[in-house]
Amino acid sequence: MAQSVIASSHEVAPHADHASETNTGVSNNKLAIWMFIASEALFFGAFLATYFLYRGRDALFLKGPTPADLLNIPFTSVTTFVLLMSSLTMVLALDAIRRGMHRQFRVWILATALFGLTFIGGQVYEFTEFYREGLHLSTNLFGSTFFVLTGLHGAHVVMGIVWLLSLWARSMQGRLPTEKAEAVEISGLYWHFVDVVWIVIFTAVYLVPQK
Amino acid sequence: MTTVEDASALLVPPPVKRSILDRPRRTTGVWSWFTTVDHKKIAILYAATAMFFLVVVGVEALLIRVQLAQPDGTVLSAARYNEFFTMHGTTMIFLMGMPLASAFGNYLLPLMIGARDVAFPRLNMFGYWVFLFGGVFIYSSFALGGAPDGGWFGYAPLTSTPMSQGFLPGRGADYWAVGLILLGIGSVATAVNFIVTALNMRAPGMTMMKMPVFAWMMLVVAFLTLFAMPPLTAALIQVFMDRNFHTNFFNAAAGGDPLLYQNLFWIFGHPEVYILILPGMAIVSEILPVFSRKPLFGYSVVVFSGIAIGFLGWGVWAHHMFATGIGPVATSAFALSTMLIGIPTGVKIFNWLATVWGGSVRLATPMLFALGFIAQFTIGGLSGVMHSIVPADTQQTDTYFVVAHFHYVLFGGLIFAIFGGIYYWYPKVFGKRLDERLGKLNFWLMVIGFNCTFFPMHFLGMEGEPRRTYTYPKGMGWDGLNLMATIGAFIIALGVLVFFVNVIFTRMRGEWTEEDPWDARTLEWMTSSPPPEYNFDEIPIVEHRDEFWHRKYTEDDEGRLVKLPPSDAATFPGRRDPNEPHDHHMPSPSYWPLVLALGLPVLGYGFVFKYWWLCGIGGLIILFGLQAWTSEDATEEAH
Repeated sequence: MAQSVIASSHEVAPHADHASETNTGVSNNKLAIWMFIASEALFFGAFLATYFLYRGRDALFLKGPTPADLLNIPFTSVTTFVLLMSSLTMVLALDAIRRGMHRQFRVWILATALFGLTFIGGQVYEFTEFYREGLHLSTNLFGSTFFVLTGLHGAHVVMGIVWLLSLWARSMQGRLPTEKAEAVEISGLYWHFVDVVWIVIFTAVYLVPQK
Repeated sequence: MTTVEDASALLVPPPVKRSILDRPRRTTGVWSWFTTVDHKKIAILYAATAMFFLVVVGVEALLIRVQLAQPDGTVLSAARYNEFFTMHGTTMIFLMGMPLASAFGNYLLPLMIGARDVAFPRLNMFGYWVFLFGGVFIYSSFALGGAPDGGWFGYAPLTSTPMSQGFLPGRGADYWAVGLILLGIGSVATAVNFIVTALNMRAPGMTMMKMPVFAWMMLVVAFLTLFAMPPLTAALIQVFMDRNFHTNFFNAAAGGDPLLYQNLFWIFGHPEVYILILPGMAIVSEILPVFSRKPLFGYSVVVFSGIAIGFLGWGVWAHHMFATGIGPVATSAFALSTMLIGIPTGVKIFNWLATVWGGSVRLATPMLFALGFIAQFTIGGLSGVMHSIVPADTQQTDTYFVVAHFHYVLFGGLIFAIFGGIYYWYPKVFGKRLDERLGKLNFWLMVIGFNCTFFPMHFLGMEGEPRRTYTYPKGMGWDGLNLMATIGAFIIALGVLVFFVNVIFTRMRGEWTEEDPWDARTLEWMTSSPPPEYNFDEIPIVEHRDEFWHRKYTEDDEGRLVKLPPSDAATFPGRRDPNEPHDHHMPSPSYWPLVLALGLPVLGYGFVFKYWWLCGIGGLIILFGLQAWTSEDATEEAH
């Protein structure tokens, strides 16, 4: 192993496609997406910290509807479940392309995008409902923190959907052969991360009881 | 891998079908600078652009000093003064300090670890474009709707209160918030790139603990950038939302807490201080051993101190907030952590001193700047430790004492290190040595001017002169020292002018230098100067720390240094006639980093002016750029 590293490394192109060509054994692309995810974790962390700091403060200021008036936990539980299932289909998509079954891959990747879209649809419905019941960005702290936190998460899901669909399109054109399965794995890492963030947000906003 | 025949075929492009979306091929000429993915060219672009911004901030600083030279100054209006000190700080940090660190990192990191390029050459170019467009975007505010005037820290609720309520008239705060978000995107991209490069692309034999300290510190800086930018982005989004969509994040009337902004900002802001100073320390740690002809004293301790600073830097942010009433427990904890971070910093200073101690010291210009760095950074570090004493800090808050402190660290430290680095690596980058006499003149003018400007500010601060205030009345006893500071500022300007004269003079008249003009120690000198596109003809196999030194020198039985007979193959494996065809398959140039980055300021203007159609256009450009980017391979197959 070490021998082959040295033997091959003097002609390694800057883009190493195979894990064994890098010092850490992790490919450049995969290491990069992990770093990006680490960075994103702090981004959501900042908004979650904001949410927790302001949680329940509206009661003191008697402004606008409270979370208890608005949150429809059963409904959001369903969309949460859909989003979690999209992680499963993502895994199945990766498994399919690794085994060279490209038709199956396309089915699973489309299913993943579709589940993501369902989740976004649920979010759009939820936002409209809250808006009708009088919760705007400017109404109170809950309005500000809720819409911005979940809205930014939704934007990340939308970007993920675009990413998945572009992989599907590449596969349709035959430009996503089995050797490039890592591209799918990397989009999957992002997708799973966005799911995990939602689990934290769902817990923080919907499940932890508040005044 | 291509063969030599294929490579020569590449030089004469075959008559393939050309379309507007064809991949750029040229690696020479003006246009190649727009499509290049070569880390060395990108570094030169970073450096040139950052030096341009250095001149811009210099002019702003001089106007500020002219205004303050005498009591009741009338050169600048209060509003203009606010714009200038805000843009001075913002530019120095985001458009000068960080990009220059990127310039050094870009040029040197791959060369020092024996790589042909960074891990993601196109992402690298993208980072540069974002920096350039972000800078132009923020500066365009002077002509389009009002420049930022809420300080580089942009405290809420001053910045976050909607424009209609008249706290900060004009769109300055919007430009500032959106501009910094854009610049943050570029910084994170570059940070990811540097991390992957340093961790994944080292030459055979170059273990982590054989990496030059410079490479280590760039790695630490990249991690700090990676984690510091998101909290800032979050805070800026909240400011922007408050200002434009009437959210309540910092609206006290609805329960919003302005201290949240300060916490988020300084969680970014203090690591940012180390993002700026660690590259300075990195440069100095390379210069001192070369000009003392001794290895760096306590290499591993220096590396671990740098890592320790990287960690502790996250636990000191609230010392920027001692005067806000955060309570005795928080105050004590942050006072302690602030004292603690002085330890690894002090360790480094002693390591540098021990490196010089007993060495055969050559006082060339790079060494002078490095020694200036140590002295002045130590003064700034000491006044920094003073700020950990909370009662003293309470007195010094918002006075010129603080201005003196951070200029000693960032100007006396970082900028001196950068100038030293430019003098040291100029022969590497351009093949010519900057003139020594002009260099020494440059150094002494800057030392005298710098201390003349900023040392009096310690006294002015202790006497209570507030910072960020556009004028002061007669009879406060501040007149003489302020005049002295203004004179000093012009001496600094003269020093910088001498530097530019030196660059022009060297370009026109300078002589081509040998490959290794300083008798250096690290890998980047093991190839021709300037290096070929592919850096090393043959990637060196690394056996030692300071590999190049060990290929040139050995010790005899009594421990004396003995020069080995020169052998080109051992010492310059990278050297080769750059005009000869080569078979190194380098990443291909690309338009898409430019296109993708162009979408960002379009999106930014859309947000500032709330032209949603413009946001749509920006979004479409970004989507198109991403699509095209992912559709092409980083390295095009040879035809």
